[in-house]
Amino acid sequence: MNGAKALWATLASHGISTVFGYPGGAIMPVYDALTYYPEVRHVLARHEQGAAHAAEGWAKATGEIGVCMATSGPGATNLVTGLADAMLDSVPLLAITGNVASHLMGTDAFQEADITGITLPITKHNYVVRDVQDLPRIVAEAIRIARSGRPGPVLVDIPKDIQLAPYHGEIPAPHARPEIPAPSQDAVDRALELIRAAQRPVIMVGGGSLDAAAEVTALARAWDIPVITTLMGLGAFPSSDPLWLGMPGMHGSVAANRAISEADVLIGIGLRFDDRVTGRVNGFAPKASIIHVELDAAEIGKIIRTHVPVRGDAKVAAQMLMQGAQPLDRPEWKAQLEEWKSRTQMPEHWGAGYAVKAVVDRLGPDDILSSDVGQHQMLAAQLARFEKPRRWINSGGLGTMGFGFPAAIGAGMAEPGVRSVVIAGDGGFQMTAQELATLKMYDVRNVKICIINNSFLGMVRQWQEMFHGKRYSEVWLGDSNPDFIKLADAYGVPGYRASSAEELPAAIDAWLADPNSALLEVVVPHEHAVFPMVPAGAALYEMLETEPARTPGPDMAEVAEEARNA
Amino acid sequence: MTQATTPPQREPNPEQLLSILVRDEPRVLTRITALFGRRGYNIKSLSVGSTEHPGVSRMTIVVSGDRGVVEQAIRQLEKLHDVVRIIDHSLEKYVDRELVLVKVAITPENRVEVRQIAEDFRSRIVDVGRHALTFEVTGDEGKLTAFIEQMRPFGILETMRTGRIALTRGSNADIPGHVYHGETQALKPAVQIEQPREERAREVPNLF
Repeated sequence: MNGAKALWATLASHGISTVFGYPGGAIMPVYDALTYYPEVRHVLARHEQGAAHAAEGWAKATGEIGVCMATSGPGATNLVTGLADAMLDSVPLLAITGNVASHLMGTDAFQEADITGITLPITKHNYVVRDVQDLPRIVAEAIRIARSGRPGPVLVDIPKDIQLAPYHGEIPAPHARPEIPAPSQDAVDRALELIRAAQRPVIMVGGGSLDAAAEVTALARAWDIPVITTLMGLGAFPSSDPLWLGMPGMHGSVAANRAISEADVLIGIGLRFDDRVTGRVNGFAPKASIIHVELDAAEIGKIIRTHVPVRGDAKVAAQMLMQGAQPLDRPEWKAQLEEWKSRTQMPEHWGAGYAVKAVVDRLGPDDILSSDVGQHQMLAAQLARFEKPRRWINSGGLGTMGFGFPAAIGAGMAEPGVRSVVIAGDGGFQMTAQELATLKMYDVRNVKICIINNSFLGMVRQWQEMFHGKRYSEVWLGDSNPDFIKLADAYGVPGYRASSAEELPAAIDAWLADPNSALLEVVVPHEHAVFPMVPAGAALYEMLETEPARTPGPDMAEVAEEARNA
Repeated sequence: MTQATTPPQREPNPEQLLSILVRDEPRVLTRITALFGRRGYNIKSLSVGSTEHPGVSRMTIVVSGDRGVVEQAIRQLEKLHDVVRIIDHSLEKYVDRELVLVKVAITPENRVEVRQIAEDFRSRIVDVGRHALTFEVTGDEGKLTAFIEQMRPFGILETMRTGRIALTRGSNADIPGHVYHGETQALKPAVQIEQPREERAREVPNLF
C-alpha cells in the first residue's frame, strides 16, 4: 500500500463517503489510488473553488465534515476562498492538496505554491506530510481537529513522492469526538440570577447553536423569552413560534434590533457578535447585561463586554439555564415587542423582494435553501421561514459571491431526498456558473437554481446610491449578462423565466415541478434596495426602517458620458 | 466654581510577559507571530529555545498592550494546535533575564574608566580590540539599560540584546493551576501529546 492508498483507506475508515475535487499533476497518485476505493465517491467540480464550496454545503447541511481535494499550486490556491469561508463560518472542512516532490519543495518548482504558508491564517491548522508513515495519523488528526470544539477547515498537503512511498502501518480508526466541556455551575448561577431579575430579556442565537436547536427552543419557551436568530443561526429556533423576533443587524428586523437596543438582559448563545450584527459596538445593547454562552474562549469579551461568560457547550448550557425556569410575567415588554413586530413590512410590489418572497413561500420545512451573497441573500434571510436547523446555507462571515450555487450542489448531494434550492444574483451566479456541468455530470436532480436578475451588483449599487451620491461605478451588468436560460440549456439544464408578478407563479410551478435540476431566472426592476437597514457605523437603534423617499437617479448613459469626459 | 481640567495623561503602553511552550515543528514561530501581527499587537522581544522536554520549545514574548490585548492574545494562542502551554507571568512572581553584547569605543585615556564601570556591573569582557571592547552583561531590563546609558558617552559602536527570557519562581509544583492557561499536568514529549485541546481548556476568568 502506498501513501495515496493509505489516504483513501483512512478517509474511508472515517466514514467519508464523498470528496469534491479536481485532479492535477501533483496529486495524480491519489487519483490513481481512487480507482481502488469505490466506496468513496469523488465528485469532479469544474473549478477547485466550486469543490470547496460544495464540500462546505455538504458540511453545513449535515453537520458532518466536508472534504475537498486539489493539486498543487494553482489547484491549491483555488481552494483558498473556500477555506477562508469555512474558517469564518466555523465549517468542518478537510482540504487535501498534492504538492511537488519533497526534494523540489522550496525550489519554486513547476506548479509549486507554499500552500501551508498561504493558508496559515485561514485554517484551524494545517500540515505538510514529510514522512509517509505519518500520513494516515495526520489525516485522522486533521479530521479530529476540523470537527472538534469550534469546527473549522484543516489542510493536509502531501508531496507527490509521499503519495507514492510504501506505507507499512495500520489504518487509524476515527478519534472519539472529544467531550465538549460543560459550563461551570457558578457561571450558570450568575446567569440565572440575571434572568430571574430581567424586565426586558431577549435571547440571541447564532450558528454555534444550530445543533442545540431543541434545547434553545425549550429554554426560550420555559422562560417565555423572545428569541432573535442571527443570519448564521436562522433555523435554530422555529420561525413559526410567536417568540421569534427575526434577524438582528444591518438588515435585521425592526423587532430584533429594537429589542436588542432596549433589552436589560441579553443572552447570546453560540455567536461571536460580528460587526454586521452589532452595528456600532458602543451602541449595541446599551442597556443590557450580557450573558455570553460560547465554546470558543477567544470570542468571549472580544467585541462586546460580557457580564457573565458561560464557557461551554450550547446544548448543555441551554439545559442548565432551564434550572427553575418559569415563564417571566412581563406584559409590557411583550406588548412592546408585538408593536415592533407589527412594523414588519412584506414586499407588496413587484421587485426583488416580491420575487424572493414568492419563491421562499413555496418551500417546505425540509427543503434546503442556499443563497449567494448580496441583496437577494438579505431578502431571503428576512423573508424565508425556517422551522429546523441546517436548512439555511449561506456565506455569512466571508460574504463570498459565487458560494451559493456550488454549496447547493454539495447540500443536494448530501441529501438527495430533499429539494436544494439556491437563490442567487446575476452577478454571483456567474462566478461559479460552470458548476452547471457538475449538476449534469452526476445527474443531480434536486437542485433548483433561482437567479434574481436585476442587471446590477445590487448590494454595491444600493451602497453607491446611499453613500456615494448615486455614482453607479462598475455595477451595471445588464449589457453583458448572458441569456441565463440559454446558458443553462447549453449544459443540458432546463430553464424557466418570469419577468412580471403575473408570470411568476406559473414559472415557479413549472420550475419546481421539473423532474430535473432546473434554473429559474426572475427578471426584476433594476433599482430595489433592502430595508430595514442600519447604515455602516451606526448603532442598531439608528436603523432606517423603510426606504427613504427615492429621488430620481442619474441616467446610466449620462453617467457613462461623464466618466468618459472626466 | 469650575474645576480645572487636567489633560489626560498618556500612560506608557504596559508590557506583558508570556512564556509559550510549543511543539518543535516547522512554521510554529510563524503561526505565533502571525497571530500577534494580524491583530496589530507589537512584539517587543521574542526569545526561543529548546526545553528539557524533547520536541518542546519555549518562547518568551514581551508584548506591549494592556491586559485586554494580552487576554485576547492568550485565548487565540490557546486555539493553536501547536501550543502546549501558555504561562502568563503577570499572574505570578517570576525571574527574568536578558543578555546584551555591547561594543564600546575606547581610547588610551578612558580605557581604565570603561573597564571600571563594566566591573561595577559585573560585566565580562568577551572581546578586546585596539579601539573597542565588547562586554557581555546579563540581568534584568533595568540593569541592561543602565549599563548602556553608562557606556553611551564613550561611544557605543554596536549592541545586540537577546530579548527577555523568564521562568516562574519556585518549583513547578508550587505554581497554582491558574497560572497556566493550558494543561496543568506534567509535560510529555510532544509526540505523545494527544489530548484534544478541549480537554485542556479551562473556564475563563471573568474579565470585567
